[in-house]
Amino acid sequence: MGVQEQYPFDVEAARADFPILDRKVGGDPETPGEGPGDDTPLVYLDNAATSHTPDPVVDAIADYYRGYNANVHRGIHQLSQEASVAYEEAHDTVADFVGADGREEIIFTKNTTEAMNLVAYAWGLEELGPGDNVVLSEMEHHASLVTWQQIGKRTGADVRFVEVTDEGYLDMNHAAELIDDDTEMVSVVHVSNALGTINPIAELADLAHDHDALIFADAAQSVPNRPVDVKALDVDFLAFSGHKMCGPTGIGALYGRESLLDEMQPYLYGGDMIRRVSFEDSTWEDLPWKFEAGTPSIAQGIGFAAAIEYLEAIGMERIEAHEDLLAAYAYDELAAIDGVEIYGPPGDDRGGLVSFNVDGVHAHDLSSILNDYGIAIRAGDHCTQPLHDELGISASARASFYLYNTVEEIDALVDAVGEARDLFV
Amino acid sequence: MGLGSDMYRQQILDHYKNPRNYGELEDPDFTHVGENPSCGDTIQMEVALDDAEETIEAVRFTGDGCAISMASASMLSERLHGMSVDELDALDTDDITEMLGVDISPMRVKCAVLGRQVAQDGAKIHRGELDPDRTRTKTEE
Repeated sequence: MGVQEQYPFDVEAARADFPILDRKVGGDPETPGEGPGDDTPLVYLDNAATSHTPDPVVDAIADYYRGYNANVHRGIHQLSQEASVAYEEAHDTVADFVGADGREEIIFTKNTTEAMNLVAYAWGLEELGPGDNVVLSEMEHHASLVTWQQIGKRTGADVRFVEVTDEGYLDMNHAAELIDDDTEMVSVVHVSNALGTINPIAELADLAHDHDALIFADAAQSVPNRPVDVKALDVDFLAFSGHKMCGPTGIGALYGRESLLDEMQPYLYGGDMIRRVSFEDSTWEDLPWKFEAGTPSIAQGIGFAAAIEYLEAIGMERIEAHEDLLAAYAYDELAAIDGVEIYGPPGDDRGGLVSFNVDGVHAHDLSSILNDYGIAIRAGDHCTQPLHDELGISASARASFYLYNTVEEIDALVDAVGEARDLFV
Repeated sequence: MGLGSDMYRQQILDHYKNPRNYGELEDPDFTHVGENPSCGDTIQMEVALDDAEETIEAVRFTGDGCAISMASASMLSERLHGMSVDELDALDTDDITEMLGVDISPMRVKCAVLGRQVAQDGAKIHRGELDPDRTRTKTEE
């Protein structure tokens, strides 16, 4: 039975919602030396960087601009009412999607990075001091690593890193050693954007809570492709980005426990987040608006909700199953190529991405050559420089998958990687 | 092939696999290290000048990076022998792409010019025209 017959949903039907997948790029590997062309089908395998946007989401954004563009929470007029309702209800959609209690627990941010900074500034600068510690993992994205590192420097708090095992898993014994009664925050990536590791967030939450610490899950690579429930994970904060899950750029979400958000002071001041202002003092609007100063990303928020509706129509369990299928297939096929080294856990126990190197071929050269075959991958350190230092490499190539990717596209990747290797050997 | 593979003509691959002037000088007049932060490529250039400090007498480089940056540094090291310091100063991006003999895609130009940048910055620091703390690169002790 072909792998295609195991697809958990109609992938070809889904692809039809993404016109960009039909475009041509790059050159033609069949006609060497003729320079750049525009005749090669796109094989987009850079979804961990950003995903594509299906027609229903583009339509939702266009409908807003064409039909009811207005600022929110300001006007009494009908357009403003329509825009306000749509923007507020987008928070409800996001809240339902991750199992939050309501819109009070969902703050719209620019992206995961801003959500991380919001908590670091609004909670970290207030609560942390010398003697405290924050526990991260060695596989943190710079969004979390740099943020807590710098907050640590400013507050005097110690920042600790849970080690990654040779197999690419978090060393949970080390985590249990590092998390102690002085730990105030455990901030760990849910699915690693570099290794594909799926970290045991609920287990880490237990460890954190046993020591009265909070836990923040960076869910940028998990919420897009698997069911995520903040209650099941028992997290205090969780963040993700719209553009990695069929939504537009410029919008992301911070989930926070209402009791914690209530106690936190605003991170940005200005319009829309206030209740009453005098020359002497101000009071704050209710949650979540207290943390959404200024005119927000209205169209993007509405597009974000449309993206979630799109994903839910397919079903998150099915999307997860499809990614599992592609990750396992890609892992096995790439591992079978001489000189390919793959980083992270086995193919049947990872998120939908594979980072690797080809012996003798720098990742940037590999990416340049794959581009000729129309194949888009990421090459670099994937915003995990310290992890790459630990691995003893300066860069790696990463193929990352989404709901619209196919086995044939992975076959094209594998063939092109073989060609690139032949060029250099 | 298109732009990507076309960059990897035999000459580039040859210099990548067999870099010329690879190593260090016993008594360089200046040593400079540069890094391309977007991709992590690192190149060290060591240069010996004549007594008048006008002409480049010897060049060695070491580095870690992609084929484009390494081949470019290797080819540059050959070209710099006997070149005047003024000529080094005047080298621009077009000179480098001409030297490489292939079209370099826009995303990879930084790789191609890293070796040139390191040599030029090193020379400027040596002459006291550039504050080492104000470059992206650092001078080796």
